[in-house]
Amino acid sequence: MQLPDAELLCADLVRQLRPHVTPETGMVGIHTGGAWLAERLHQELGFVVPLGMLDISFYRDDYRKSGLHKSVRASKIPFDVNGRHLLLVDDVLYTGRTVRAAMNELFDYGRPETIRLAALVDRGERQLPICAQYVGTSLTVPKGSMLRLDRDASGRLTLRIDA
Amino acid sequence: MSANPQLNAKGALTHLLTLEGLPREIITHILDTATSFVGVTEREVKKVPLLRGISVFNLFFENSTRTRTTFEIAAKRLSADVINLNISTSSASKGESLLDTVDNLSAMHADMFVVRHAQSGAAHLIARHAGPYQHVINAGDGRHAHPTQGLLDAYTIRHYKKEFSGLAVAIVGDILHSRVARSLIHALNILGTPDVRVIGPQTLLPTGVESLGVRVFHDMRKGLAGADVIVMLRLQNERMRGPLLPSAQEFNKSYGLTPDKLALANPDAIVMHPGPMNRGVEIDSSVADGVQSVILPQVTFGIAVRMAVMSILGGS
Repeated sequence: MQLPDAELLCADLVRQLRPHVTPETGMVGIHTGGAWLAERLHQELGFVVPLGMLDISFYRDDYRKSGLHKSVRASKIPFDVNGRHLLLVDDVLYTGRTVRAAMNELFDYGRPETIRLAALVDRGERQLPICAQYVGTSLTVPKGSMLRLDRDASGRLTLRIDA
Repeated sequence: MSANPQLNAKGALTHLLTLEGLPREIITHILDTATSFVGVTEREVKKVPLLRGISVFNLFFENSTRTRTTFEIAAKRLSADVINLNISTSSASKGESLLDTVDNLSAMHADMFVVRHAQSGAAHLIARHAGPYQHVINAGDGRHAHPTQGLLDAYTIRHYKKEFSGLAVAIVGDILHSRVARSLIHALNILGTPDVRVIGPQTLLPTGVESLGVRVFHDMRKGLAGADVIVMLRLQNERMRGPLLPSAQEFNKSYGLTPDKLALANPDAIVMHPGPMNRGVEIDSSVADGVQSVILPQVTFGIAVRMAVMSILGGS
């Protein structure tokens, strides 16, 4: 299956987001693909507030079923979320469970004014009432396949499907 | 059942009884996970929901304040329900056997037991007896093992020294009675520490300690030369009057960490102590409170390490 160019999608997200970014807006990327995307968006949109990162392993709803993830990274939110407009960034929006976990974790740092969601790809099949305000593209991917973002040594982003 | 009673059929950690024989990947996974938990305790809400609905029973058959408290805090920060059993006033003193106690707590739907016992092997016994979805953590059994202390010591060393390869670690004092020393030596060996030394009088070193892969020193000044990490062990006052030692003052002279002895180690060496300290016996106040001391960070890291262990066991 022909996958869209992640770099073009990223550039499109930058265009969509630019009018909505203020010097006070906070950005939070979800490990790992969302964090790579967030690093790019954060830089290209000239964010003033430092970038936050979340690893949602401690908030997953499948912990009892699958246990703790093998590689947990530290979450780091280097700004006060209280009263702030937040932009949450993930590479692929799918069931919505990751975003649910990320929002729960964010609220343990404080009470944001708003949270808006940006995703490079929306692959549909939502299992929770969650939607993204900024989307690079929508794509239908066969069930059971994993759509993921890669970053090579030069920092170039590409999409890949793991069957 | 697999050969290692701590691992399940898939090779995942399901009890933590001893560090001896654990694969390096499991220890590294615990230390890495603990790093993520350190950040949790610095947030507005110092809790994550992982162990919501899980009941953790602290079974302390032997006195402990620090270890029991840090296990309790760790469990609470994981959102577990914690039940502390004061064994001295419980059925054990009325003659109930250890396994009967465990059976009764299991009937109350205990999911996890944190066990401290004066007898070596007590946690193993409970683990063998436990149901398939119950987890046991050894919080110190006799002279045998204190794995979470060994892990938090390893975490502290890694935090300050980054790598274990190339490190010289000196463990000083009462090695004979110390489950802390045993667990730390196993952790250091598994993590690939090239130079582990034990320093103490002959009477406080177990016979054949060399077989654990350590170098033995009776002269502290020689043993500290070039050390990157110094781990002081508690000298128990109750043993002071026994035949093992002449006196606390004598011990301090030979094996107490004083500023002049500390100067023999590497200038950036860190000083650790599992607590509680006997100031003026195994460690001088000026060293315990000095810039090289990481004794209080050890306590803080201990909570994150115990959170990591509980969350890994609870999901297995």
